[in-house]
Amino acid sequence: MAAPCVFWGAAVSYRLFLGGRVSLALRQGVWKAAAAELQVGTGEKILRLRHTTGVTAKKNVAALRRETYTVDFIKKQIEEFNIGKRHLANMMGEDPETFTQEDIDRAIAYLFPSGLFEKQARPIMKHPEQIFPKQRAIQWGEDGRPFHFLFYTGKQSYYSLMHEAYGKLLDVEKRQNQLQAKGLFSEKTKTKDLIGSRWLIKEELEEMLVEKLSDQDYAQFIRLLERLLTVECSAEEEEFVQRFRRSVTVQSRKQLIEPLQYDGQGMAFSTSEGKRKSAKAEAIVYEHGSGRIKVNGIDYLLYFPVTQDREQLMFPFHFLDRLGKHDVTCTVSGGGRSSQAGAIRLAMAKALCSFVTEEEVEWMRQAGLLTADPRVRERKKPGQEGARRKFTWKKR
Amino acid sequence: MLTRTSRLVPGARRLDPGRLLHTGSQAPQSLAAHLDNPAPDDSPRAVSRTSEKDPARHGEQHEGLHYNIPLQDMRTLFPHSLPPRFSMQVKTFSEACLMVRKPALELLHYLKNTNFAHPAVRYVLYGEKGTGKTLSLCHVIHFCAKQDWLILHVPDAHLWVKSCRGLLPSTYNKQRLDQPAEASIWLKNFKTTNERFLSQIKVQEKYVWNKRESTEKGSPLGEVVEQGITRVKNATDAVGVVLRELKGQSSLGGFRLLVAVDGVNALWGKTTLKREDKSLVAPEELALVHNLRKMVKNDWHGGTIVLTLSQTGSLFKPRKAYLPQELLGKEGFDALDPFIPILVSNYSPKEFESCIQYYLENSWLQHEKAHTEEGKKELLFLSNANPGQLERLCAHL
Repeated sequence: MAAPCVFWGAAVSYRLFLGGRVSLALRQGVWKAAAAELQVGTGEKILRLRHTTGVTAKKNVAALRRETYTVDFIKKQIEEFNIGKRHLANMMGEDPETFTQEDIDRAIAYLFPSGLFEKQARPIMKHPEQIFPKQRAIQWGEDGRPFHFLFYTGKQSYYSLMHEAYGKLLDVEKRQNQLQAKGLFSEKTKTKDLIGSRWLIKEELEEMLVEKLSDQDYAQFIRLLERLLTVECSAEEEEFVQRFRRSVTVQSRKQLIEPLQYDGQGMAFSTSEGKRKSAKAEAIVYEHGSGRIKVNGIDYLLYFPVTQDREQLMFPFHFLDRLGKHDVTCTVSGGGRSSQAGAIRLAMAKALCSFVTEEEVEWMRQAGLLTADPRVRERKKPGQEGARRKFTWKKR
Repeated sequence: MLTRTSRLVPGARRLDPGRLLHTGSQAPQSLAAHLDNPAPDDSPRAVSRTSEKDPARHGEQHEGLHYNIPLQDMRTLFPHSLPPRFSMQVKTFSEACLMVRKPALELLHYLKNTNFAHPAVRYVLYGEKGTGKTLSLCHVIHFCAKQDWLILHVPDAHLWVKSCRGLLPSTYNKQRLDQPAEASIWLKNFKTTNERFLSQIKVQEKYVWNKRESTEKGSPLGEVVEQGITRVKNATDAVGVVLRELKGQSSLGGFRLLVAVDGVNALWGKTTLKREDKSLVAPEELALVHNLRKMVKNDWHGGTIVLTLSQTGSLFKPRKAYLPQELLGKEGFDALDPFIPILVSNYSPKEFESCIQYYLENSWLQHEKAHTEEGKKELLFLSNANPGQLERLCAHL
């Protein structure tokens, strides 16, 4: 570890730890601004400190990775945010008391219009908790003694959580044994409403605990919670387990269903549009028919001489088992033969949603019939022959 | 083909009343047998085939059914003149089965009731690509052969206007061009088809081929044909002579003449042939085309002219064109006017069902879903009941 020493420009007060292999002991110091990492060479050399004020030394990029924000700093940021929020509400002429985050977003988008494509590069104003990553406060006191009894396991939050959960499990089992001893034990199998919620994923758990976990740790934790669910437990244990479940929307997307229209003869029909690459299509599907499809006034057999395109048109009807039951008239423009077929397919599938039950709509969505294909032609880059193809590499 | 995605609704247990609809020309006891036990494979031969081998007796009740043409007849009637896909099918199934369809039945009805004293009537079969015009023509030719007509069959007129190698200036008329290869092939086929007539018909003029050879007046037509086949240089002229003789003599009533031309729009379209000086050849400058045009004029009697339009082999015509006006152009339309147009369209549901049955019988469809209702619906959708498309699709299954 013979890395060079780094000195930060601004007047910083830092504590230097002498002796020993001190690696990354910086978090323990008291830093005002972004800290630099001091890496001492091997051996027990004492470094000579040089205060270089005002001179910006060469930044060690590795050092900037772990910026620690002190608790005071975060608190100050929160105060500034709240004040700023009130100022913003005032500026926009709204009531500062009832100014929500959506209002803030709208106001910022209005005041600082940005043409950047990357949404995350645009100006944002959010609560500091969402901006600054969660960090752990100092885990030990002045005397160097850690606060938590499980500090030396390395993953104190995780093990404390496991300890807590297992404790609850033991309580429940003890209660059950007592009930059984008294004879009041009833074999009640509880059917919890587990549908519509899911366990926390590993990343979410890590975020909650501000600690790195391994896959085995995570699996162990989930197993323990599931075991807790199988036995009968009281309300507070339920609440404890529910903390680690997130709800999942059963139907992740509500498909917009076109309303039915009726033409002169009283036949119901439904219209919708579809796009694929640069082809745009509009399809009118009639409720009763014999499977005739007309594209731009031409029979689909003549318009699409290739079987593959006709198979694409067949897909929505075949999936819903409605081959030969509907008549379709469509117009299409742009694109090539394959993208026109895809655009018509999407338009027909969307139009069919109005004739079909909600369940079938969900099945169509899962089959991918109702999603517009996002693939477009990738641009050609300079220095390459195509989007991906490079020029022939010549050795000399 | 698309991998079949799992169906949303498992195949409904639908009864199959459709199967009972298709009865052949069998006796009523088989009908009773159908009604008694509607098992899926109850005498399938009754569904798509008929045993009526004589086209003269085909009627409305045979519509949609296949009838068998003996292979011997095929060799005489259609030497090298079937559409390639159909001849492959014949070879595969080792039997030639044509479906009896409405346009052909209509034509046969007209033919049975022609008055041979009137000038020859022209019938034009037209329709979209792959609907069965050529095979309807074959059906008519088979009928006429059974009735002992003389068949003048040009299998594909387009072959005469494109990619011919040896173009020679005509010996008869300096401005025209000869096509020895095509003419000799046609003469060979003509000879195979009409063997019997060649000795019966006598030529009515003397024809001098060159310094040493000539055909005397009164000699059988066979000699002219032989002359054309052996002396390839004179083949085109031989064809011209044959056509002229037949036209003249059919009015006398010794025989009845059927002129069947497939792809007649080639005669009035453009060619892709070039002379040595790279100038384009117009169709009327080809002797064969010129003579054939004279043949399809209705200034003779004692027979009929059945023509087919075809976009498939045509030159410089858009793919979607199928109407006579579009394919023949103004010149052709005027030349053929008046004619009786007969539209050949896609399969009706009954015919479609029959065709699928025929393929199933011959074990041509190997997909496990081919005999189910859903499979048939898929095929119907994908081919839109177009016979040509269906045949191509089934070739993959």
